[in-house]
Amino acid sequence: MKLFRGSSVASDHGTATAQARARLTRRSSGVAELTKMLATESTLCVLDLGSTSAANIRYLTELGHRIYSEDLLEASADPALAMKNSEGTPVLDDKRFLSENLIHPSGQFDMVFFWNLADYMDESLVKPVIGRLWSLLKPGGVLLAFFHTREAGPDAPCYRYHIVGGDMLEMQHIQTGRDASARSGSSPHLQRVFNNRHIENLFRDFSSIKFFLARDNVREVLVVR
Amino acid sequence: MDTPKTAELAHIGRSVTVKGELSGSEDLFIDGQVEGTIELRGNNLTIGPHGFVKAHVNAKDVVVQGKLEGNIQASQRAQLQKSAVAMGDIVTKRVAIEEGAFFKGKIDVQAEGGKGDAAEHTKSEMKSRGVGGSSE
Repeated sequence: MKLFRGSSVASDHGTATAQARARLTRRSSGVAELTKMLATESTLCVLDLGSTSAANIRYLTELGHRIYSEDLLEASADPALAMKNSEGTPVLDDKRFLSENLIHPSGQFDMVFFWNLADYMDESLVKPVIGRLWSLLKPGGVLLAFFHTREAGPDAPCYRYHIVGGDMLEMQHIQTGRDASARSGSSPHLQRVFNNRHIENLFRDFSSIKFFLARDNVREVLVVR
Repeated sequence: MDTPKTAELAHIGRSVTVKGELSGSEDLFIDGQVEGTIELRGNNLTIGPHGFVKAHVNAKDVVVQGKLEGNIQASQRAQLQKSAVAMGDIVTKRVAIEEGAFFKGKIDVQAEGGKGDAAEHTKSEMKSRGVGGSSE
């Protein structure tokens, strides 16, 4: 696992704002697999863990599915979560985080869009969050996650993903913060890069795992509970 | 500021704080603070840009421009405008969420006369609001 601490280049607010407005598109093999399931099955319970996306809400409700939206990256930026472990190292309080987020009955969801959160969340939250997601998924439920490859640098932009149909995703550069002033501020930094073995370890409780390698230094991972 | 254009409109101003159960048979615009429950049934509710509502809301159309903590039951339509911060579940027939709105919770779009009808209404509503960026 390759860890990044901070950014190699100071954030430029003007650049960040311009990036936030621009949207890119990319093909996604993982989304293609999920859209087949979304098109053929009715009234699925779907959890979207990225920033609020009107496009995703529209796409899923048009198909008659039930969508739950929860911005985990935003929630993990809560200063109240900061604490120190027994060795004095700053960490985030995962127990408190899970007592305030991802509160749903076990086995509720058919599908979870985890997007790229594992790469941008604080390390102390990643394993507990994936453990919670395992319990929230129904047996046979699927989770889609994106991971950067080692070619990605610490300033790899953090995107929120909008499903635009078929296998296409629209990517929007995001900033942290709920209000307008924060949105024009800092962008989340890539915390680390997981290799395949680490990813398999993260999802070891799941019954199957499938990797798709994309061109943009991103691996898509589709896991089934 | 968008306020409902109806003959009868109750208005709770910015400096007003209400705790308890609010019910009525006219449209309501809230720009102050309300904590409790809001029952308007066949009428519309707008939470203005300065409004902060901690309540379960039941109305025909619900428009959120400010902050809402609580569930929305809208018999016709729920709309979160770009300045909205909404935490709770939404059950309605049509939903419109503008780009920039913050939402945490469940959205359940209920069919009017079957799944196809509901989907079509949702689609037209979204298009009219122009949400979803360049996806349209």
